[in-house]
Amino acid sequence: MTQLSTQAAPQPGKVKKKRDYNAITPVWNVIFNIIIGLFSFSCVFPFLFVIIISLTDEQTLVQEGFSLFPSQFSIAAYDYIFRSGSELISSFGVTLLVTVLGTLLSLVLVTSYAYALSRRSFEFRGFFSFLAFFTMLFSGGMVPGYIVMTQFLHLQNTIWSLIFPLSMSAFFIIVMRTFFQTTVPDEIIESAKIDGAGEFLTFVKIVLPVSLPGIATIGLFSSLGYWNDWFNALLYYNNPQKTPPLQFMLMQIEKNMDFLTKNAQNIGSFDMAASLPTETVRMAMVVLATAPIVLAYPFFQRYFVQGLTVGSVKG
Amino acid sequence: MSAFFKKVIRNRALLIMILPGTIWFLIFAYLPMFGTILAFKDFRISRDGFFASVFNSEWVWFKNFEYLFTTNDAFIITRNTILYNLALIILGLVIAVSFAVLLSELVNKRMAKIYQTGMFLPHFLSWVIISYFAFTFLSMDKGTVNQIITFFGGERISWYSEPKYWPFIILFVGIWKGVGYNSVIYLAAITGIDKSYYEAAVIDGASKWKQIRYITIPQLKPLMIILTILAIGGIFRSDFGLFYQLPKDSGALYPVTNVIDTFVYRGLINMGDVGMSTAAGLYQSMVGLVLILIANYIVRKIEKDHAIF
Repeated sequence: MTQLSTQAAPQPGKVKKKRDYNAITPVWNVIFNIIIGLFSFSCVFPFLFVIIISLTDEQTLVQEGFSLFPSQFSIAAYDYIFRSGSELISSFGVTLLVTVLGTLLSLVLVTSYAYALSRRSFEFRGFFSFLAFFTMLFSGGMVPGYIVMTQFLHLQNTIWSLIFPLSMSAFFIIVMRTFFQTTVPDEIIESAKIDGAGEFLTFVKIVLPVSLPGIATIGLFSSLGYWNDWFNALLYYNNPQKTPPLQFMLMQIEKNMDFLTKNAQNIGSFDMAASLPTETVRMAMVVLATAPIVLAYPFFQRYFVQGLTVGSVKG
Repeated sequence: MSAFFKKVIRNRALLIMILPGTIWFLIFAYLPMFGTILAFKDFRISRDGFFASVFNSEWVWFKNFEYLFTTNDAFIITRNTILYNLALIILGLVIAVSFAVLLSELVNKRMAKIYQTGMFLPHFLSWVIISYFAFTFLSMDKGTVNQIITFFGGERISWYSEPKYWPFIILFVGIWKGVGYNSVIYLAAITGIDKSYYEAAVIDGASKWKQIRYITIPQLKPLMIILTILAIGGIFRSDFGLFYQLPKDSGALYPVTNVIDTFVYRGLINMGDVGMSTAAGLYQSMVGLVLILIANYIVRKIEKDHAIF
């Protein structure tokens, strides 16, 4: 499922390959490569462009605009962030904390719910399947959810308002349930039972260890969702004293840089506030917020592909 | 009754395991569903907590809906939501399937993998980041597009206050961000097609085009139908970031960027009108539910196996 094709990848050592009898002609191959290659490049290009902008000298930027080939480079933006950015670093910390706690919570909730649904012997399967999957068809909407969070749970301006809304979804449950059903044979569970293991022991000691690829898939989906979330902060974070998560802080500095200049005055450097490289600092923040994903995702990509094909094909 | 209790006791271990998730669904999915009765009430916060607020608020029945539908807003947001989503669904389907077919035909599989990795990247980035990306092109004084325009002697365009360009910008960026994800799904399905079909077709002298037309596309049909039904069921829901974050919440662009989700958000946060925005949200959910039931019903009539329920 994770392989692009059943055909083996070309061996690097082979000098001459026999052409596949059913392959497209070389001309079409070039045309297809150009179309796909250009689109693929257009997906990566903006990130490279932002890196270049973040490394541009602020004065040059004002004069020349955003340019691929600025006449003068500078690392002033990064220098500024790492020297004065205590607020920025704590924002990173909030996002990291939310991502780790949220993903763990998500894994506990999703695996246990999906495991029960995957067991054919579970007599309430129908009811709990409906309970989960009906939420895909109908939802109360943004406002009642907001009222529940703020008036009932009173969690606004806490990290829990960022964690809870994203910790479960019917989609995660479908992916995980399908994974349990297809990769954990009933015989394993039955034999564990015969050996005297209870349901919990079987789940923790037998089922979870053989389900690591599925858990990795859900864990990655979930952590990506937390890392990229700004919407819940937009709804629930309205106290300027609270350090916002990274994505929400990027939204705030998009509107104005007061947040950062205030910070510069805090450390008592008036010069720094005056010559604050605003545009390049913004772009440098974008680079720092995006870099972890860009660096990590090529390695995790196959888990994503696996998860979303399972979820969409068999849902 | 005692039979039920016996059943509960028999399944106690699995019931305990499913309990935490169930509590989550009750609080974060079903309690808000119950909360939609606020659409029929004039919401007043009560000191005695959430339930007291909900119950003590006065019934106004359809006043909130009346208010919503007598303004011009209801028409504009419904039109924007449906037209944008329809265009995104159709263009997205055609482009994603085309790209998946192209990728599967590339001779060099290693290059195909590299292209796929690149195409997938925008899906992993948040709308905040994408909005910064767009700004590097669309900024009034520094943006690349205006640099090109002035290079050819044209006038700078103030992109974030000119509504006429935004339908294209929104569709372009929406497709750009989502197409990699969707073509990965279709590519996985193409990979799963039995190779003997193609072998038989080659023996019969079928051209590549005919193989795509008569084998690949029909084999992808079930998946295309399922994904399209799901998308049509969600046609009343929009990707909030695409319509809020990308245009930088610019007021001048509201006529072409306001969709139901952004309308509900602004109604709640900017105007604090709980009743009316709950009503708009309920309208969205109800129509969405009806649409998905109809879509599924139609598919079941045509091809029973492909229906989702």
